[in-house]
Amino acid sequence: MLQKIVQIDKLERLANTIRQDVMRMLVAAGSGHSAGPLGMADVFTALYFTILNHDPKRPNWPDRDRLYLCCGHICPVRYAAMLRAGYGPVSEGKTLRKLGSRLQGHPALHHWDAVESSSGPLGQGISIAVGAALAAKLDHKKHFVFCVMSDGELQEGQVWEAYMFAGKHKLGNLVTIIDRNNIQIDGFTEEVMPLEPLADKFRAFNWHVLEIDGNNMEQILDACNLGKTIYEKPTVIIAHTVPGKGVDFMEADFAWHGKPPKPDEARVALRELRTLRGRIQPE
Amino acid sequence: MQLVDSAHLSPKLFRKTITLAPTRDGYGQGLVEVGKQNPNVVVLCCDLTESTRSNLFAEKFPDRFIEVGVAEQNMAGIAAGLALHGKVPFMSSYAVFSPGRNWDQCRVSICYNSANVKIAGAHAGISVGPDGATHQALEDLAITRVLPGMTVVVPCDAIEAQKATVAAAKMRGPVYLRFAREKTPVFTTAKTPFRIGRVALLTAGVDVSIIACGSLVYQSLLAAKELAKQKMSAQVINCHTLKPLDGNNLLRFVKATGAIVTVEEHQIHGGLRGAIAEYFSAVYPVPIRSVGMPDRFGESGEPEELLEKYGMTVERIVEESLRAIRMKSLKHKRNDTFARSSRKKRSAE
Repeated sequence: MLQKIVQIDKLERLANTIRQDVMRMLVAAGSGHSAGPLGMADVFTALYFTILNHDPKRPNWPDRDRLYLCCGHICPVRYAAMLRAGYGPVSEGKTLRKLGSRLQGHPALHHWDAVESSSGPLGQGISIAVGAALAAKLDHKKHFVFCVMSDGELQEGQVWEAYMFAGKHKLGNLVTIIDRNNIQIDGFTEEVMPLEPLADKFRAFNWHVLEIDGNNMEQILDACNLGKTIYEKPTVIIAHTVPGKGVDFMEADFAWHGKPPKPDEARVALRELRTLRGRIQPE
Repeated sequence: MQLVDSAHLSPKLFRKTITLAPTRDGYGQGLVEVGKQNPNVVVLCCDLTESTRSNLFAEKFPDRFIEVGVAEQNMAGIAAGLALHGKVPFMSSYAVFSPGRNWDQCRVSICYNSANVKIAGAHAGISVGPDGATHQALEDLAITRVLPGMTVVVPCDAIEAQKATVAAAKMRGPVYLRFAREKTPVFTTAKTPFRIGRVALLTAGVDVSIIACGSLVYQSLLAAKELAKQKMSAQVINCHTLKPLDGNNLLRFVKATGAIVTVEEHQIHGGLRGAIAEYFSAVYPVPIRSVGMPDRFGESGEPEELLEKYGMTVERIVEESLRAIRMKSLKHKRNDTFARSSRKKRSAE
């Protein structure tokens, strides 16, 4: 099993490195999504380096915790975290979206079995995660099932079918993390199709609700650990994140939902990330 | 009319006393059988437990029966998740809803993941009757057949439905099983050979190959009997597996007749006719006539009335067979005319 990192500052630095990886991957790919992956870098760092029981050397280990990515389009951050965790060389990141790559534009099980499931069409992954959690429960397995979702995809009807089912079956082994970054392709979620009051909706579906700053490492770790201990209900962590986190000109701008930086933009972004916005000297 | 002995068809084949049962009964019985054989088999259903006959499994194995409520998209995803964890899920609903309503989930969550999920579409075809067009699945074969990795099976009677259910559980990968609501003749027997992906020749003939699936295989046998009275001998081929299509055997049979009629309770586009036309146009072009739903929505009515109105009857199979046979000679004539005219041209030059 992977050695877990417990120091917060170390995890934060790692998240910053993963953001830089994501920028380089997107520039090399020439297409893909920027805002979501940057916003969720902290969550994926926490998952792959502290929270999940997993083993990059044995990706099919039956007792591993499962991580399903429902909003497949933010996969660059998952890939970057996986490569840093040892699922492949970091340089493989540059193959993102290229012919023959394991790093498909949206996760594909056929190409890389360590991604657990193919995803892309929004809202499907939560049902798969619910099925996985149910299977674990039927077989009296001890592992946990995590599912990362975006907020925009909560507009799909299927997700509410899945939440209803998880509530009915009291799937305490299921923890869902919502990337509440308030943007989607056409604009701000509350203008496109309001989701609020979101926490109340989940409570009404018999879920245990936690709300956190999704860019605060300490809060992420606390919430994930707490989610694992809630036995009688599935847990949802509404992680309020800043889309494009770490890069000034991308932050909170929905225009960056679905496009990659151009090479000169990426240079600016990488300098910002490396220097923590000019607060420290570049290495 | 020459029945193929090895098909072991029912001795009551053309008697009025032939047993009637819906294919969904065979599904229910098959589920119980696979439930006993394999503890990993689970059954999911969307509020249609009794009419899909999933209740037979639910009563025997309540812990392995999962009621999903009216949520077919979620059912497909949950089934995929269960399959990724080593379960063998059978998900039951009406074909219009599953794989109709949840086609995208069947595509991505199930097929793209190669998830070992068996999709049972009940109440397929126009013979659903009084419920009307919304509930008559006539497109399900087209939408499942195009999915990479999907196996598509249409059992011809309740006994074959049971065998297909058991065979689906034993193979790896997604399978679509199509069942019907109405009672239809049970004309195969326990001894009738069945293998997914292998067509079965039921009658031997030299004039036309009637390639059929589902309950209309029986109507095709009746049609072959009619044709025999007119001194025409027809092959009846039970093509229960549309995908993967048993091309080699079909080709071997069709070479003996040189003409095809496809028979299905489905739109004439994209289903059995589509599969047969795609195959034979590439390897052995012969006239193909078809019996099926003529690109229309159905309506309320009794099953027999609807089959009559939309032309899925014994008479139509006979008619189309005669047409196919006539087209063979037309084709030869055309070829002859063409040959003669080109000979003339050459000699003129």
